[in-house]
Amino acid sequence: MKYYMNWRGLYILFLKEVWRFWKVATQTILAPVLNVLLYLIVFTSALSHQIETYPSINYTVFLLPGLIMLAILQNAFANSSSSLFQSKQNAGIIFVLLAPISSLEFYLAFIGAAIVRGLLVGIGVWISVIFFIDLPLQHIGLAFFFAIIASALLGAMGLIAAIYSDKWDHIAAFQNFIILPLTFLSGVFYLIRDLPPFWAKLSYLNPFFYLIDGFRYSFLGISDINVTISIVFSGVAFIVMSIFTVWLLETGYKLRG
Amino acid sequence: MPNAIVIQNVHKTYRQLEALRGITLDIPQGSFFGLLGPNGAGKSTLINIIAGLVRANQGQITVLGHDVVKDWRLARFALGIVPQELVYDAFFNVREMLKLQAGYFGLGKENEPWIDELLETLSLTSKANESFLRLSGGMKRRLLIALALVHKPKVVVLDEPTAGVDVELRQALWQFAKKLHQAGHTILLTTHYLEEAEALCEKIAILNHGEMIALDQTKNLLARHPYRWLYLDLKENYHNFPFILKDKIIHQKPQQLVLRLHRDKDSIVGILEELRNANIEVIDLHMNEPSLEEVFIHLINQEVSS
Repeated sequence: MKYYMNWRGLYILFLKEVWRFWKVATQTILAPVLNVLLYLIVFTSALSHQIETYPSINYTVFLLPGLIMLAILQNAFANSSSSLFQSKQNAGIIFVLLAPISSLEFYLAFIGAAIVRGLLVGIGVWISVIFFIDLPLQHIGLAFFFAIIASALLGAMGLIAAIYSDKWDHIAAFQNFIILPLTFLSGVFYLIRDLPPFWAKLSYLNPFFYLIDGFRYSFLGISDINVTISIVFSGVAFIVMSIFTVWLLETGYKLRG
Repeated sequence: MPNAIVIQNVHKTYRQLEALRGITLDIPQGSFFGLLGPNGAGKSTLINIIAGLVRANQGQITVLGHDVVKDWRLARFALGIVPQELVYDAFFNVREMLKLQAGYFGLGKENEPWIDELLETLSLTSKANESFLRLSGGMKRRLLIALALVHKPKVVVLDEPTAGVDVELRQALWQFAKKLHQAGHTILLTTHYLEEAEALCEKIAILNHGEMIALDQTKNLLARHPYRWLYLDLKENYHNFPFILKDKIIHQKPQQLVLRLHRDKDSIVGILEELRNANIEVIDLHMNEPSLEEVFIHLINQEVSS
């Protein structure tokens, strides 16, 4: 009995998580899209003549996939972390904990919602710019693969952050000291291979680099490293993070006494 | 009668604190059962272990025969928990919260008539589209009850449901709890209001410092208290009472006397005889049995002194 899936429970929890961010879509979808557009304007104005990227690709086109992925990563993390942490704060999480929903179902529902939010923000940015910028999209399937893996990975990290956090300050620390540096130092704004050797090597340890490089390849057909490596690395990172998150949920750490 | 909840040798330790020390308890199906104890006695820990919100270090609990750890899904289907705190989800209105909660239990549209019935019964129909934050304290409490009942559980746990509510709402909640019980639900009630347990519960367990210090039918528990009170209305304002009665007098007013009598050692006939011999004329008398509160205090004090 323990091992059957409560599919409807999972679906309703997923729906609730999507519904939650949709009710405040101005804050959760529109604001992040606007943020990315502002980044785009500022960085292309300031850096387009100073940073060399791939031959025959202008800086704005190089930058855009990275910025879309940046928005996906940050919003997927924000979705699961803020939702779970808020539920912990007002103890509303008890409604889910009392229900016949397993750790795996809980995980899948939250990750599903993080993917939906990540994709909506990503697609939102893409739609806002395609009328002004000629952005190629060479491998749409791969683009979705990286967008989904990235949202799921960051959704899982958001769950972990929310579980460990006891106050909003802790969530902010996760966001500012882990997520933000990893996203900014992952080659969104420049080519990793142009960095000094030490920093380049260090960047190759950053899992977000593979997500951004692979995602950029889906649009431009060019990447820093072979896209297969990015697929494998991202996939492995996602699987490891998923196993850890489901295990953490199963232990009941800071959720069940 | 088969048991709704079976608790066997449950231990729970939080670091140095032993919150539960080997609790063993059966709650029969269809009963109205009270779980009493002072703050920190372990009541909420026990409820939370039954609900799967806390994990025991040792022991086993089953709900309608389903182990709350090994067979947790069916155990949770059988249980409806009304939490002590006013917990909420600020994003959704009353009806949405109920539909979501039903959905977690795998229920869909077929459950909507029951949601309507719950809203009606708990006088929440007019507030169905309001956010939790816009409800009054009493309405929030009623919504938590509706949320606990949305999947039609057979066993309902009311964890201090009337804490901080006004007298009118308390009466309404009592009536509702009685109705649930009459409808065949097993009710497990924890409360600080001993009059509440006395009025509602057939059987009571008292916890103190993580141990069960009493478990009995409410009427047996009340009878277990060694004292009862004899109220005497006297013909005149007497001053000199027989020496033998002096240590039994706990209250004296003009023409009225209240005596505390030991259930086994003091005979009412003997007392009246003593008064007649002292030419004290009694015109009326009545007896008061101890309240659950007095039994409770007596048991707790006994525990402290032992």
